[in-house]
Amino acid sequence: MRRIVVIGAGPAGMAAASAAALHGVDVVLIDAGAKLGGQYHRQDALAPGDRFAPSVKLASRRYELPPNVEHVANAAVWAIEPVDGGHRAHLRVGPADGLDRRGRAVEARALVLATGAYDRALPFPGWDLPGVFTAGAAQALAKGQGVAVGDRVVVGGTGPFLLPVAASLIGAGARVVEVAEANAAVTGWLSKPAGALAGWSKSGELARYAGMLARHRVPYRSRTAVVEAHGSECVESVTVARLDALWNPVPGSERRVEADAVAVGFGFTPQLELALAARCRVEDGFVVVDAAQGTSAPGVFAAGELTGIGGADLAASEGAVAGAAAAKFVGAAVEPPLRAMARVRSGRRFAEALNAAYPVRPGWQGWLRDDTIVCRCEEVTRAALYRAVDERDVGAARSLKLVSGAGLGLCQGRVCGRNVAELADVDGTGFAKRPIASPIRLSELAEEEPVESPIDAEESGRALGVEY
Amino acid sequence: MRVRFDGEEVEVQEGQTVAGVLLAKGVRSWRTTRGAGRPRGLFCGIGVCFDCLVKVNGVPDVRACQRVVADGDDIRTQAGAELPS
Repeated sequence: MRRIVVIGAGPAGMAAASAAALHGVDVVLIDAGAKLGGQYHRQDALAPGDRFAPSVKLASRRYELPPNVEHVANAAVWAIEPVDGGHRAHLRVGPADGLDRRGRAVEARALVLATGAYDRALPFPGWDLPGVFTAGAAQALAKGQGVAVGDRVVVGGTGPFLLPVAASLIGAGARVVEVAEANAAVTGWLSKPAGALAGWSKSGELARYAGMLARHRVPYRSRTAVVEAHGSECVESVTVARLDALWNPVPGSERRVEADAVAVGFGFTPQLELALAARCRVEDGFVVVDAAQGTSAPGVFAAGELTGIGGADLAASEGAVAGAAAAKFVGAAVEPPLRAMARVRSGRRFAEALNAAYPVRPGWQGWLRDDTIVCRCEEVTRAALYRAVDERDVGAARSLKLVSGAGLGLCQGRVCGRNVAELADVDGTGFAKRPIASPIRLSELAEEEPVESPIDAEESGRALGVEY
Repeated sequence: MRVRFDGEEVEVQEGQTVAGVLLAKGVRSWRTTRGAGRPRGLFCGIGVCFDCLVKVNGVPDVRACQRVVADGDDIRTQAGAELPS
């Protein structure tokens, strides 16, 4: 039996599952959410049904999945381990963090990792107050739950993603008080040659969001950031400041803005832990892939934000290539998906230009004070972090975690890792090494789990490469 | 469908998460930290940050943004580190 496992059911994972399944390969598509779509295509959780559900009908929509895809919803993949001839994924399936989740272990000779990314949040005084959210939280709650995270919301950070977040908030009934872009204005960049590169289809979408903000008279300010949130139990107001080219606040430019919520996003961090567990090579924070989306680990393919932040269209193109390559790896007859491969190449050119235009610049470190929390889980302040670094010998992420406590909490350094690594001037990749990829309870760890359809060791002896 | 939040009965809809229910009710914070006892609520909204922890049916450390409510759930605020009851 030809079978692959795809982890993550966003644009990349759905496209990978679809491509492999259309080549006659059975697919186990594992995702943490209740419905397919991931973050970008997040569905209304309150509406019945799943608009991407595997269907026997001929696929009429882009992401409609063929019937030989098994969608495993509400599943936490907490470990991946190499086994003879492939990999084994360990999951807990059921209500999030409940005691009644069921254990499952699935083996496959080919694996597509499409675990996506999450918002990067930079610390600032007061960012641990309830009412400060990531931009992704505001988006997820508006799209998935029909709830606005506040009545008067300031949206801040950098990059084009801030526009759809503001639009979703307005759609959910919030008043967006202002959008603070720390770099140059997105609309201006899109009209420049670098922005128009590769005829990015998103420019029309962004123009629509910009139009919506204009109709609702939402001020959009460039070189501006939320540098402090104020309140005792909740956000009551924020300080917004103009930034210089390196993101240092311009003295005297500070304004106090009344708001009960802030949504901030400074780009995205890929979910690397499963790729690292599968021993994929990572460079500059992203999984290295070849033209077939193959990683340095044989039989392991990666697609989407894991390989570089490039948005949903690029992720879906990479997913289609990865799914076809994984199908070929397990023995299906596959022609090189040349059109998807061409879309990947042009998408990456655009993504590179976009990421170069919206970097995180070092001046953010000046927004912090001694008592500003840098690790939310373990409540480590900047002063405590610096004290630990000054007193002890810190060479990399592991020693930094052990001496300062930052990154040792339940989020496993997902939120603070990159920030504290920058503050302490060490390489942050080590923060993504998580042998237990997602926190589970000790009783769950102790439980035995049946291994489904173990790989036939004899069959797996044949080396099947993918060369396009 | 109904759930209880700190003893109070709340009408909920199928598909709502605990965080969705609480934010729609105007509750912004439902946990205090282990160290300084500071208030926390939703932060990342997608299961990454573990800030929005809440007690559901006696089990602590449940992510409110990920847990979909079931009829009759007993949801309680969480103070610092709590053991299952």
